[in-house]
Amino acid sequence: MAGSGKAHLRPSESVLLRAEDLTVEFPVGGGRVVHAVSGISFDVAKGETLGLVGESGCGKSTTGRAILQLPRPTGGSITLNDVDLTRLDSGTMRQRRTDVQMIFQDPISSLNPRRTIGDIVAEPLQVWGPKRPDDQWDIVARMLDAVGIDPEAARRKRPHEFSGGQCQRISIARALVMEPELIICDEPVSALDVSVQAQILNLLEDLKAQHGLTLVFIAHDLAVVKNISDRVAVMYLGKMCELAESDELYASPAHPYTRLLMESHPEPDPGVAIDESMTELGELPSPIAPPSGCRFRTRCPLADERCAREEPQMRRVNDDHYVACHHPLVAVDDDLSAASRQPTLPLTAPATA
Amino acid sequence: MTVTSDAGVAGGGSRAGDLLVVDDLRTHFRVPTGDVKAVDGVSFALPRGTTLGIVGESGSGKTVLSRSIMGLNTAGNAVTTGSVLYDGTELIGRSSKEMKALWGAEMAMIFQDPMTSLNPVVKVGRQLTEHVRFHFGTNRSDARAAAIDMLQSVRIPEAAERMDNYPHHMSGGMRQRVCIAIALACSPKLLFADEPTTALDVTVQHQILNLLSQQQRERAMTMILVTHDLGVVATRAAEIAVMYAGKIVEKAPTPVLFAEMRHPYTQSLLWSIPKTSQPKHTRLSAIAGRPPDLINPPPGCKFAPRCPYAQQRCRDEEPQLVDGPGARHQFACHFPVGTPENREAFDRNLASGLPQTLTVAGCLAAREDIVEIGDGA
Ligand SMILES: Nc1ncnc2c1ncn2[C@@H]1O[C@H](COP(=O)(O)OP(=O)(O)OP(=O)(O)O)[C@@H](O)[C@H]1O
Ligand SMILES: Nc1ncnc2c1ncn2[C@@H]1O[C@H](COP(=O)(O)OP(=O)(O)O)[C@@H](O)[C@H]1O
Ligand code: SF4
Ligand code: SF4
Ligand SMILES: [Mg+2]
Ligand SMILES: [Mg+2]
Repeated sequence: MAGSGKAHLRPSESVLLRAEDLTVEFPVGGGRVVHAVSGISFDVAKGETLGLVGESGCGKSTTGRAILQLPRPTGGSITLNDVDLTRLDSGTMRQRRTDVQMIFQDPISSLNPRRTIGDIVAEPLQVWGPKRPDDQWDIVARMLDAVGIDPEAARRKRPHEFSGGQCQRISIARALVMEPELIICDEPVSALDVSVQAQILNLLEDLKAQHGLTLVFIAHDLAVVKNISDRVAVMYLGKMCELAESDELYASPAHPYTRLLMESHPEPDPGVAIDESMTELGELPSPIAPPSGCRFRTRCPLADERCAREEPQMRRVNDDHYVACHHPLVAVDDDLSAASRQPTLPLTAPATA
Repeated sequence: MTVTSDAGVAGGGSRAGDLLVVDDLRTHFRVPTGDVKAVDGVSFALPRGTTLGIVGESGSGKTVLSRSIMGLNTAGNAVTTGSVLYDGTELIGRSSKEMKALWGAEMAMIFQDPMTSLNPVVKVGRQLTEHVRFHFGTNRSDARAAAIDMLQSVRIPEAAERMDNYPHHMSGGMRQRVCIAIALACSPKLLFADEPTTALDVTVQHQILNLLSQQQRERAMTMILVTHDLGVVATRAAEIAVMYAGKIVEKAPTPVLFAEMRHPYTQSLLWSIPKTSQPKHTRLSAIAGRPPDLINPPPGCKFAPRCPYAQQRCRDEEPQLVDGPGARHQFACHFPVGTPENREAFDRNLASGLPQTLTVAGCLAAREDIVEIGDGA
């Protein structure tokens, strides 16, 4: 059974980025393979922020890096502005890579400790930017200023002289100097305190408005992802479970895994009732030998024999809401009669594998 | 060094039912450039069988506070003063040998990184049986049975088989369960959990917190749950203490803290956290600046450089943690949120163009869920 379907893809002329049947596998010896990303499809329109959520190891970072061809995906295509990046030779790809930039989780260690901030931010310009140092510095200073760092004061300092939040601002400035069309943010606020996290999220929103940026925003915190994203894709063990406009997804999750994530999210509100009965939920299966059919079935309370046999395909729930599940929690467009509406079903007992 | 303050428990509300009474506890670290005042005058009383949540940002002193109470601050440059009454006996000034005698049956700790308490090269089963034999002097086969029981009590499936695993064979959540099993083995009366789920996925975090709540209730344990995440304690702790720069700035029963917070830092913290109940792109109210240098903190209120309500008095005079009008609600602020004085302070700062006040005002204008500066979340 191929991927999880593409019913959720929009016409290619309306999107900046499109991933189709993206597959990334890592050989780990003995003929075994880690199925990190297995045939997922998604698209991002210009100026849009797509959030990617899911548990550790579900393939979020691998997906982000595959867009940059780091490493080249095992299968599928990545189309940016109608050019399939997977078909470019490595020289052309290096050139195109300036269109896409990446920001990482650990702001301090992602900056070279021995170089000055001026050099670090100018680095992407060395190869593809203007040749005159003064012209380079003009761009660097403008970007540092845009992220709230005093350019002259920072120019000759090194990363350890800055806090985690400031280092993340510097990483963002470095990502911006090439005026990329797309920025992939891999857990950019996960290592930061909540007050600094808010500063960086606000900064990204402002930069997006000013520079018309398109973002793929990877995070495991559901509230952070909802805050910044226009649409959110939920991943589980290398597969896509659900994709929807953010407010819609949180208001009516259709995939049992999405609902599990939401029920687990610790909302800072003492009025939220929590179900304390859930103390075990089985272990995450190995990505070397993922379950047949629906990969979530070993932890899904709704799993039945069909889920073991047949992989669910993406189906439309409504306008901009798609789910890959045989028994979605919200009625699906294409089989309204068969869909089970079970919003009150408790998610406590894990099904036997 | 032991200095017992004679000032009594400031705002601690000590009662006979308290298992722990902490008074003016300070832990300073001597470093070449001065003293790092990591914990600087903390007082609270903890009733038996309840859970206290301690929240604060990184570096606010949460870990040093719990380690100081447990006598785990063995760093040569650490100086702890003040008083910790545990079940009526003073702990400050005890030797580490005397403190060790309390670890296990009286108090135990769960750390953020399970590998802090697990030996990576010893099978999990042996680590458990050694623990059981050390504390109870049981024979080998009884210890094994007890260890399997322990693993089952923390809901580890196929417990007998898991005994032969090394820690690296287990997931992070599984390892944390093993640590909980070890911590609970001697039925401690007081359990410290320092960011026990920070390194785990939300689904696993949810299960581990459920497990801890269940065990806490079943054993009528007293618990201190330390976290940087207000969401973690919102539904798990009876009371919450908010720490900032080595001090408790506000402490209240959990619902009161969220609905009627009085300290501007508590309010700023809540306003800066995104919630799933908010619409996408809700403007977050970030807290300006950074926490103070703990070697040379500013005089007066430590939050003043970042506080949207700060007045001259705040910069001159340090506010003390005092009882508010509500039961068990204490805060340390000259212009508490929700009072007319606070409103006036805000308006004055707005008029004079204090940057952090302007930022907050801008954010409030952009948000529909906060109507008034006296509001909570
Ligand atoms: N170079 C590699 N070799 C083998 N396996 C790999 C490699 N890189 C990633 N993996 C595996 O691929 C899967 C997906 O990893 P990935 O880093 O994309 O997850 P993630 O969703 O970003 O997780 P996290 O939330 O922990 O960052 C995991 O099982 C991981 O162990
Ligand atoms: N051994 C030490 N020497 C010097 N400073 C220390 C030592 N241990 C902790 N600190 C400092 O004490 C402060 C409080 O630390 P900690 O309690 O770990 O914070 P939290 O747990 O709230 O993140 C920090 O500024 C930290 O750097
Ligand atoms: S109901 Fe079946 S298809 Fe849907 S998530 Fe559960 S196991 Fe997968
Ligand atoms: S109002 Fe004054 S005392 Fe209160 S937190 Fe702000 S600066 Fe501190
Ligand atoms: Mg990752
Ligand atoms: Mg800590």
